[in-house]
Amino acid sequence: MITLSFDLLLALALLWSAWRALATPDLGRGVVMFIVFGLLMALAWARLQAPDIALAEAAIGAGLTGALLLDALGALRVGGQSGEPSAQRKDAP
Amino acid sequence: MKALLRGTVVLLALALATLMLVAVLDLPMPTVQLPASVAANLAQSGVEHPVTAVLLNFRGYDTLLEIAVLLLALLGMLSVAGPQTAPKPALHVRPDPVLQALARLAVPLMILAAGYLLWAGAHRPGGAFQAGAVLAAAAVLLNLAGLLPAWSTPGRLLRLGLAGGFLLFLAVAAGLLVEAELLHYPPEHAGGLILLIEAGLTVSIGLILAGLFLLFGARPAAAAEES
Amino acid sequence: MTPGLIYAVTGLLLFVIGAAGVVLLAHALRKILAFNLMGSGAFLVLVGLAQRTGGVDPVPHAMVLTGIVVAVAATALALALVRRLHVLQVELHAKDASVAETEDA
Repeated sequence: MITLSFDLLLALALLWSAWRALATPDLGRGVVMFIVFGLLMALAWARLQAPDIALAEAAIGAGLTGALLLDALGALRVGGQSGEPSAQRKDAP
Repeated sequence: MKALLRGTVVLLALALATLMLVAVLDLPMPTVQLPASVAANLAQSGVEHPVTAVLLNFRGYDTLLEIAVLLLALLGMLSVAGPQTAPKPALHVRPDPVLQALARLAVPLMILAAGYLLWAGAHRPGGAFQAGAVLAAAAVLLNLAGLLPAWSTPGRLLRLGLAGGFLLFLAVAAGLLVEAELLHYPPEHAGGLILLIEAGLTVSIGLILAGLFLLFGARPAAAAEES
Repeated sequence: MTPGLIYAVTGLLLFVIGAAGVVLLAHALRKILAFNLMGSGAFLVLVGLAQRTGGVDPVPHAMVLTGIVVAVAATALALALVRRLHVLQVELHAKDASVAETEDA
């Protein structure tokens, strides 16, 4: 009973963090929610008795992918503020 | 018009979810019992941990192709990077003494942990991918602390490290192909061969994953002010 | 209701959310995020369905391990392409702006 409620709560948290990662208007917050999603996935892998995948997901899925996304976000923001005319930007965050 | 298209996509997504839900809840029992086959052949595979045995022995060909895909992705990034003069550097790194002290403390421990994970992969959860990921994390930490400069075009030694794991795996596979089938380890040498391949994979995966970040990484603040 | 089945259902919902996100979202970075969500959902389905009767199956574990590493490589390549595209767009707009200024002058 306890484990069932834990699994349901974790599943709900996974879906909620995934939804917020895509739906929040601020991209930085979205990337942070994605890192949170990655760490919750590591918990899910631990619940599925897959410690190898949990290690790899925490290090690669959450950590490295999060670092890559934050780096790219910073690069896109810096370039956008260097005098680019705002009317022609098709990809407003 | 746009709202209509968005509504259609959302409806289709909901329909897909419902269909898949019905299919998942209605699945018949599997006919092939894979865990039993893995457990039956685990003694001859050379390692004691079933996931490592599957990764490097039973499905070794998949791992060989996977490391090739990693290398290809890095080559793709190198070719896309363009001239290494971005209009403005991506990150301004101000050297923080606390972060640098922490990095100097943590990185040797991370390298030790990576070595342990590599060795422990034969007996318990661990292996080449986890060890390589910890090495890459150490490199990213050094870069963010300002102790490791970002990489421009890789030099000869770095190229050897990046491609070395794949070449070692390929050499072992080719050597085995001469006598037996592809990646058919002789059972008495399987443990040693797997450890050798995993060691090469650890170094390569660590360097490739670090390169995915460091090729576009933080430029030090001094370079930022002069550009 | 084993954990495998719960996470398999979660995985397929994540996959559908990711797929809808790839189609509907405009910004390239959000599309990459949604694509990663699809990947994570697929991995959950792979392991969850194999373990829906309660056992531990090492073969999907190895496949998902491979999948995670390939997904990060694909994400890094996609981000490099997006950054390069952005640099080229900035250069193009700067060139258009300078051409417009020389025409006005």
